[in-house]
Amino acid sequence: MSKVIEGLFYAESHEFVKVEGDSAFIGITDYAQNQLGNVVYVDLPEVGDEIAAGEEFGAVESVKAASDLISPISGTIEAINETLEDKPESINKDAFASWIIQVKLSDKSELSNLMDAAAYTKFIEE
Amino acid sequence: MNNRYYGKLIFELSKPGRVGYSLPYNHCDTHHLAEIPEQLKRKQAAKLPEVDELTVVRHYTNMSNNNFGVDTGFYPLGSCTMKYNPKINEEICNLPEFTSLHPLQPDCTIQGALEVYYNVQKSLAEIAGLSEFTLNPFAGAHGELTGLMTMRTYHMKRGDLKRTKVIVPDSAHGTNPASAAVCGLEVVEVKSTPEGTIDVDDLKPLLDDTIAGIMMTNPNTLGIFEKEIPEIAKLVHACGGLLYYDGANLNPLLGKCRPGDMGFDIMHINLHKTFSTPHGGGGPGSGPIGVRAGLEEYLPNPRVRKTNEGKFMVDFDKNSLGSISGFLGNFAVVLRAYAYILTLGKENVKMVGPLATLNANYVKESLKSHYLLPIEGICKHEFVFDGLIDKSTDVTTLDVAKRLLDYGFHAPTIYFPMLFHQALMIEPTENESKETLDEFIAIMKKIAEEAISDPDNVKSAPHNTPVRRLDDTLAAKHPIVTYAEMLNDTPSDEA
Repeated sequence: MSKVIEGLFYAESHEFVKVEGDSAFIGITDYAQNQLGNVVYVDLPEVGDEIAAGEEFGAVESVKAASDLISPISGTIEAINETLEDKPESINKDAFASWIIQVKLSDKSELSNLMDAAAYTKFIEE
Repeated sequence: MNNRYYGKLIFELSKPGRVGYSLPYNHCDTHHLAEIPEQLKRKQAAKLPEVDELTVVRHYTNMSNNNFGVDTGFYPLGSCTMKYNPKINEEICNLPEFTSLHPLQPDCTIQGALEVYYNVQKSLAEIAGLSEFTLNPFAGAHGELTGLMTMRTYHMKRGDLKRTKVIVPDSAHGTNPASAAVCGLEVVEVKSTPEGTIDVDDLKPLLDDTIAGIMMTNPNTLGIFEKEIPEIAKLVHACGGLLYYDGANLNPLLGKCRPGDMGFDIMHINLHKTFSTPHGGGGPGSGPIGVRAGLEEYLPNPRVRKTNEGKFMVDFDKNSLGSISGFLGNFAVVLRAYAYILTLGKENVKMVGPLATLNANYVKESLKSHYLLPIEGICKHEFVFDGLIDKSTDVTTLDVAKRLLDYGFHAPTIYFPMLFHQALMIEPTENESKETLDEFIAIMKKIAEEAISDPDNVKSAPHNTPVRRLDDTLAAKHPIVTYAEMLNDTPSDEA
């Protein structure tokens, strides 16, 4: 059974958004890491890159497949989680703690397009 | 199984000074060595293994005995068409009249070889319902790239420079988007319907004057025939795009149904799949491409043509997209395919598809009581299960595949296509007897039962193979591909 955390926002492409003030941490959900299997590489974007909701910002490669990372929201990348360069497996250990990028939100209203924990739990059960 | 000589690398069997030859004393001067520029001279010994002939023979013979191939057992690797390679193909391509040819010989001295080449071009065109073929590409993906380059050249020569996008279904082989990207085209994905075929309603809004074409596999990677193909062809042609046929799944259609008749403009054929030439590690491959009338002049150079006098010649087209291979591709593979086409003949080629389809449906129907069949109905040459029906013990598709090895079967394709999380894709091919299929079905059912009665044993499989379950994460993250890396010894010479 995959873990889903209350208080986060979720996208259908299995990214989570954790909002802190004006910025948000984006990563992949526990369900996504479970489906992908052991993650061996994370392709990270650059700090300062502009990203738009629905746009690809990187990729996660596992022993099974390579998957694009789709940004659930728009904004400017403030930070990337550099520990993933050497330790991509931390996503498997704790997906929600292993955020991939931190984004300065340009449009907070976009969050209303995303699912809450209850809706996402239902979504992955289907 | 003798692991004494296999358990070690040839380097580890090395003993200083041991050789497998004895040369006479060298009476020649070596002063001319001084003429070799200093920077080209080796600074240290090559560290080649020093072994006697018998050790070499035992090492490699034992290693080859641990190999698994179609010649040793059932190999239901989906989308790969691991069909049997008849031995007559080997006999033909090993004739000294062919093996002693040189690619730079003048045309007049290689008329026989060129005739074979020309005849294969013509046979493939007939089988595919297209106008002309080139046999130059070295592999399926190379054929895809060449096909897309042909598509691009066609648009560019017409001065239509806006067409930079290629539509690829979400069920496509991974090589399709990769080939498009290498060709400098942008990939646009089209979704599948719940029935597993292209969603025509999802396709329609994508079609405009920026579309170079669409890449399709028919039957698709779920083994399902795209029945909407006439409609799709009409729509894509109406927007000015071309249809590319990925020939990976041509096997069930052989002699029955032709991509050209379905409306495809360009296609590749994997000779190493459909035409029974060696495959996988046993390659090399060959990925001929064919085009409909009107596109022939863009095919890669060189071309093989027949003159009005009945002679065969190597020719060059000025409108060609250029050259994508040295000389004329993998000729020995072409020879094998020619032997296959001629041994089957027109009458028997028609039996390949129906038998492959029958075998696949027989296995599918026999196993759907134990494995989850996401899409019901008649498949073509292959089909996909979404793992076990009973997933209560968390036994995955990977575990099932590993357990199959214990029973002497090659694993099916797993985790592809990505439409299902536990995809397990089986393609038995037309060659297998009912007895082999029944044996496979029995073992698959047994594994499904083991998954419930003794899940730990399945999860830790394989147990009877020369190596146990490999750490694929470690292999992906820290691949060790040379002995030097294994010794953690980086070569001192950068060259």
